[in-house]
Amino acid sequence: MTPARLTERREEGGTVLSLGGRLDAYSIAAVWAEARQALVRNATQPITVDAGEVDYCDGAGVALLLDLLRQPRPAGAAVSVRNLAEPYRHLLEPFDPAAFAASARQEAARPSTVERVGRMAADLGRDLWEQVAFVGEGAAAIGAALRHPRRVRWKDALAVAQEAGANALPIVALIAFLMGVILAFQSAVAMRQFGAEIFVANLVGLSLLRELGPLMTAILLAGRSAAAFAAEIGTMKVNEEIDALVTMGLDPVRFLVVTRVLAGLVVAPLLTVFANVIGLVGGGLVMRSFDIPWVTYYRQLTTAADWEDLTGGLIKACVFGVLVAGIGCLRGLQTRTGAAAVGVSTTRAVVSAIVLIVITDGVFAVMFYYLDF
Amino acid sequence: MDPQGDAIIRVEGLSAGFDDGLLLQDVSFQVRRGEVFVILGGSGCGKSTLLKHLIGLYPPAAGTILIDGEDIVTAQGVQRLALLRKFGVMYQSGALFGSMTLLENVTLPLESYTDLPPEARELVARTKLALVGLEGFGRHMPAELSGGMQKRAAIARAMVLDPAILFLDEPSAGLDPITSAELDQLILSLARNLGITFVVVTHELPSIYAIADRVIMLDKTARGIIAEGRPEMLRDHSDNPWVRRFFNREAVSS
Repeated sequence: MTPARLTERREEGGTVLSLGGRLDAYSIAAVWAEARQALVRNATQPITVDAGEVDYCDGAGVALLLDLLRQPRPAGAAVSVRNLAEPYRHLLEPFDPAAFAASARQEAARPSTVERVGRMAADLGRDLWEQVAFVGEGAAAIGAALRHPRRVRWKDALAVAQEAGANALPIVALIAFLMGVILAFQSAVAMRQFGAEIFVANLVGLSLLRELGPLMTAILLAGRSAAAFAAEIGTMKVNEEIDALVTMGLDPVRFLVVTRVLAGLVVAPLLTVFANVIGLVGGGLVMRSFDIPWVTYYRQLTTAADWEDLTGGLIKACVFGVLVAGIGCLRGLQTRTGAAAVGVSTTRAVVSAIVLIVITDGVFAVMFYYLDF
Repeated sequence: MDPQGDAIIRVEGLSAGFDDGLLLQDVSFQVRRGEVFVILGGSGCGKSTLLKHLIGLYPPAAGTILIDGEDIVTAQGVQRLALLRKFGVMYQSGALFGSMTLLENVTLPLESYTDLPPEARELVARTKLALVGLEGFGRHMPAELSGGMQKRAAIARAMVLDPAILFLDEPSAGLDPITSAELDQLILSLARNLGITFVVVTHELPSIYAIADRVIMLDKTARGIIAEGRPEMLRDHSDNPWVRRFFNREAVSS
């Protein structure tokens, strides 16, 4: 097969562009630019495209002819095609060059700034409304679940708790250990200058039990489980499984959300206790290397932190667990259609969960301060 | 007709299946250049599996699959890429990329495999979209379209490089009768005018009668081909009652 070629010659009554060879998507690129330039050069005279020597012409070749035919030309300088072999003419026939004259870019005009701002505001408002509605729906469903505990699908809840809780132990341990070690080491280096290494126990104990334990656990839960909930429920939404639940008379909130929120409520404080223990052990290890024995470290811990610090942190962890599980489910239920939408939901779930955790933590800090907790 | 003919696809002794057993055993057939070849059979008989083997997605348990004389099973690297460009595939659910507009979906192969200027790419893609009746939808996202429209867009994407073979997996399922008939017309005109070979998996009897030059019928218990030929002939003269029922659309219990 010969590659596509183009020759230009003058004839009586205008210019003739003679196309030949194989017109397919791979070999046509060179000819395309040439042909367009020939049209520009002969802007004021009629042009005939002679396709007599074309060996093969497929969709790309047809597109080239169409491109030449669709160019706006002054009167008396029209472009025409001749000698196109019979089978290829059938390919060109269905297309009206005039219909392709406008660029596809104009098919959908970009919305104006005002419209875009309006849409964004409407989206924001709808999102807020959906959150309020979801909180109400979720609270009602959990209330109903507490009144009729036998109706809750405990098996599902247990499976979720295992995935979100037990399977998260290694990563929680890793991060908690790191936090304990870093906190202890960095403060011990500074405090040694004053001979006050022993007070590192106060710092590690209080900050882990009250703040870092619950916070780190919640953030890990957001990254692992809120994302998982959003992706799973989002895929169910895309596959119309949520619609199937609705038409079977099963409330998706009760069916999917209650189990997950209950699992989050149970799992978050348990993981937090685990994180606290591992973090404190990490701190103790560092203290050992500063020649402070385990017993001394333990004594100092118990005088610095009491049960109130621990329970305060655990209450926070419970709230975080509910929030993280809830927001994961909400973002999942809000998923639109398509694979990309699931990705968007997952991202939004993690971001919203972390923002919520930070805000709630701030609220708790203020509350505990005024309650003198 | 000469059975050797000008075969563009040649399957010899193909056995295929999953871990839990073989779905197809020792299947051999040929697809001639330029014909519309339909694979049919009851649910679960391995039609889609066979198709996925033909396009090189699954490695067969045994046997060879030659596309235009080259083995797609053993082809590697550049050779395999060249082989893949000889055919286009339309998947059952369309499999359009949800994060791209229709036009971007259709121009993607042109962008990667040709050096056409952007304007030319766009025009080629728009003619393909126009061919499947989706003019003016180029800027839409796949999610904004109905299932049938997504399917047609997927056909446009499969044929944007004008491959020699088009594999269509259930092209007319989920389309209204008019669109479905138009699609049949499109398949026929592409086959007759461009010499494109079609391998179609479908259940739609009207569409089979309209387009098929030759069909093969697969069966689950036989693990292979139980009938081969023109659909009208199989309907009226097949010695297998099940095959006649299939083409006459009768329930087995009746």
